[in-house]
Amino acid sequence: MSGDHGRDSFEERLAKARGSAGLDRPVRKGPSDKVADSNAIRIAMRLGVEMVSALVIAVVIGWGLDRLFHTRPWIMIAFVPVGAAAGLRNVFRAMGPGSNS
Amino acid sequence: MAGPSIDALGQFRLTTGLGPIGHAVNFTNSNEMMLLSVGLIIVAFGLTLRTRALVPGRMQSLVETLYEFVHGMCVDTIGEEGRKFFPLVFTLFIFILLGNLLGLFPYFFAYTSGIVVTLAMAMFVFLFSTAVGFYIHGFKFLKFFVPAGVPGWMLPMLVPIEIISYLSRPVSLSVRLFANMTAGHVMLEVFAGFMILLTASLGVFGVVASIIPLGLNIALMGLELLVACLQAYVFAILTCLYLHDAVHMH
Repeated sequence: MSGDHGRDSFEERLAKARGSAGLDRPVRKGPSDKVADSNAIRIAMRLGVEMVSALVIAVVIGWGLDRLFHTRPWIMIAFVPVGAAAGLRNVFRAMGPGSNS
Repeated sequence: MAGPSIDALGQFRLTTGLGPIGHAVNFTNSNEMMLLSVGLIIVAFGLTLRTRALVPGRMQSLVETLYEFVHGMCVDTIGEEGRKFFPLVFTLFIFILLGNLLGLFPYFFAYTSGIVVTLAMAMFVFLFSTAVGFYIHGFKFLKFFVPAGVPGWMLPMLVPIEIISYLSRPVSLSVRLFANMTAGHVMLEVFAGFMILLTASLGVFGVVASIIPLGLNIALMGLELLVACLQAYVFAILTCLYLHDAVHMH
């Protein structure tokens, strides 16, 4: 009995560790095709907004810093790739392993 | 020929309500709708929960289902600490849901189609979740911006990315709701405008042909009902996710 119990808690801990390390994708109840289609549109909308919003924030910050230091347009230019990377980070966080959406 | 034209954006124009008093304090039609929805929520919840029957009636079970749905969402997403944030999440959810749904009625203003309203709510959620993070973890919350397991020389590159990714949250949160509601209402109005244009230009044949945009509008209405509920849900679940990040820091 106690052996079973120990193994159960080990399996639990293993699953938890794999989940937090991003090795396992969470198992989902298979949705029907129709639901999946409407989900796909929703996800596409969501990810588009996620990517663009990070870029917008980066450009705004760069523009503000440029105004502050009178270095237009260099800081803004430097912030554009950072913003693009942040947008990708957003997308990865929203859709990558370990996300629950 | 100056026939009727489609003014798809006129529906978002803010006018002042409540006569001269409203005019003096800039009380807009948007505010009117907010008051209406808040009043509806309070009355509906007050009336239906007054009896507190053990076997709920129709209205009581509707309200209880909503309550338990949001409560489950809080606890599932944030964890046990989610109970503390339930009032906030539920308030946001029901306020946005009613705003979206009431906005679908003809002549009713959809206040969630204003970026001012959605951005105000998103900024509040953002500032609140950041404050919660600092309250629970103190300055250790700044470690949230340092991704784990990354070599030190990459940090100067990655930390700005994480910070901008964090700062973009209120933007994406507010733009998503605003864009969905605005786009839906513009589409409804454009298709409705087609009917008027067809009748004006083609006469009797136009009246018959108007069945096509009418049918499309009916289908769109169904879609908009779905979007209204979905966007309220998305706003609430993202609020929960951000609070989860603030509470658990990962």
